Amino acid sequence: MSSYPDDLRYSKEHEWVRVDGASATIGITSYAADELGDVVFVELPAIGTRLEQFASFGVVESVKAVSDLYAPVSGEVTEINDALADNPELLNSDAFGAGWMARLTLSDASQVDELMDASAYAELTA
Amino acid sequence: MAYSPHTDADRERMLAAIGVASVDDLFADIPSSVRPTSFELPPPMVEQQVRAELARLANLNRIPEISFLGAGAYRHLIPSVVWEVIGRSEFSTSYTPYQPEVSQGTLQSIYEFQSLICELTGMEVATASHYDGATATAEAALMACRLTHRDRIAISSAVNPQLRRVLATYCSGPGIQIVEVPADLAEGGSGLTLVGAAAAVLDEGVACLIVQHPNFFGGLEPMLELGDAAHAVGAQLVAVVEPVSLAMLEPPGAYGADLVAAEGQPLGIPLSYGGPYVGLMAAPMSAVRQMPGRLVGATHDVEGRRGYVLTLQAREQHIRREKAASNICTNQALCALAATAYLSAVGPRGLSEVAELSTVQARHLAAAIEEAGLGERRFSAPYFSEVAVRVPDAARRHAALAEQGIVAGHPLWRDYAELGDTLLLAATELTSDEHVERLVDALKATA
Repeated sequence: MSSYPDDLRYSKEHEWVRVDGASATIGITSYAADELGDVVFVELPAIGTRLEQFASFGVVESVKAVSDLYAPVSGEVTEINDALADNPELLNSDAFGAGWMARLTLSDASQVDELMDASAYAELTA
Repeated sequence: MAYSPHTDADRERMLAAIGVASVDDLFADIPSSVRPTSFELPPPMVEQQVRAELARLANLNRIPEISFLGAGAYRHLIPSVVWEVIGRSEFSTSYTPYQPEVSQGTLQSIYEFQSLICELTGMEVATASHYDGATATAEAALMACRLTHRDRIAISSAVNPQLRRVLATYCSGPGIQIVEVPADLAEGGSGLTLVGAAAAVLDEGVACLIVQHPNFFGGLEPMLELGDAAHAVGAQLVAVVEPVSLAMLEPPGAYGADLVAAEGQPLGIPLSYGGPYVGLMAAPMSAVRQMPGRLVGATHDVEGRRGYVLTLQAREQHIRREKAASNICTNQALCALAATAYLSAVGPRGLSEVAELSTVQARHLAAAIEEAGLGERRFSAPYFSEVAVRVPDAARRHAALAEQGIVAGHPLWRDYAELGDTLLLAATELTSDEHVERLVDALKATA
């Protein structure tokens, strides 16, 4: 069974969230990136966009599929990872680090508690 | 397998679901004068009777001897080689390839088309084509909305009215608002889009400004200024162009157009009651993932040989379903091939000659009418191959000339209340001095 970083929470749609006070960083999991294969393009929302929990906020395209990205939590986008525009393969090489997608101001911190912890997510993807 | 037609109950449920009272109401948009009142067909006929009947019907068509009609569709010489190429059964009988890579010839022909459109427009990427210029423009407008995440569109009233109606239809579904930018149609006016009025309607909710250049009246728009006004609020400039004019005018890529759409009919496609035509669309590479429809790319196979593929298909409906860049477009491969054959046959110099002759004859036409005291140019701006001319009592004279087999252009008052007695006259390289003389004589005779 794979193991996943303990300091993150995970959604069923294979997104992760890292909470830091009122702000949160989101991305897709290494499991999702491996399933997609070589990622060739990531479409991210504009700064200022309000994301709704579990609603689509962008698109990730690999050589074999295109998938929507679903926000693990609600919030307003304050920053996006511009590096993904030129280096989408960061999702394959470092999904939990350099492959982060967006930073948000959390609108409801309690939403984080509804998400899975690392061991529950490891069980889901086993 | 049993064939199960819809029952009356099925039909009623479907009508109720869409909020229509009866099946007849679905056809409400078709004027009752052309709707059949009965489906009792005449008795069968033998072949020679059918031929005679069809010949009788065909003879009811009035094919004008001389025509100055343009207004979006233009009569140009079509070299025989165009018919020879598109008549080849490999092209004329084939439907869009569903196992595309085995159809290298078809893919190469589309790739050549895209390359030619990029060269003409000065843009980085062109699609495999669209239904026609109007749908290509509407697709470009929707694309601008996706690129900017905005849902309002500004369009000049000097854009072809038919095209604006198609745009309104395309925008009614997704709820995109259309704002019109007035053109200077006043007495002694330029006939061009008003830059100040454009700036006034443009704000940070507007996805794009759509301008036709040359515009519907043939006038050359201030594309740089209009582009600046759009870019100042982060909106895109959508240039609707006429492909032959690009042999003479600056390409849209040079004046900062973000998206380009065009009717490709002037490139080797005949005038046949409005279609089939072909839409052209081009964009910068940075916008390629929001482009609708098919794109062919060139690559090399494992042995290093050049080959062609359908590329970036993740935008398309067979992969992305309802989230595709467009679910309402297709390419017009045979007409696109005609355009490719045409451009290859005439070459850059030939296309320049077509453009120059068309503009020369348009000036000759306007001068002949003015010199004979029959009318005057309605607008002051420089024009390409089409000119708006005010002729007293134009409606009556237009009808009288039509009886004699001369179509004296397009009556502008049909779409513009301000343009009474104004005819839009087009010239091409097929407009002869004799045609102009005949028009002038016929106008004189109806004075």
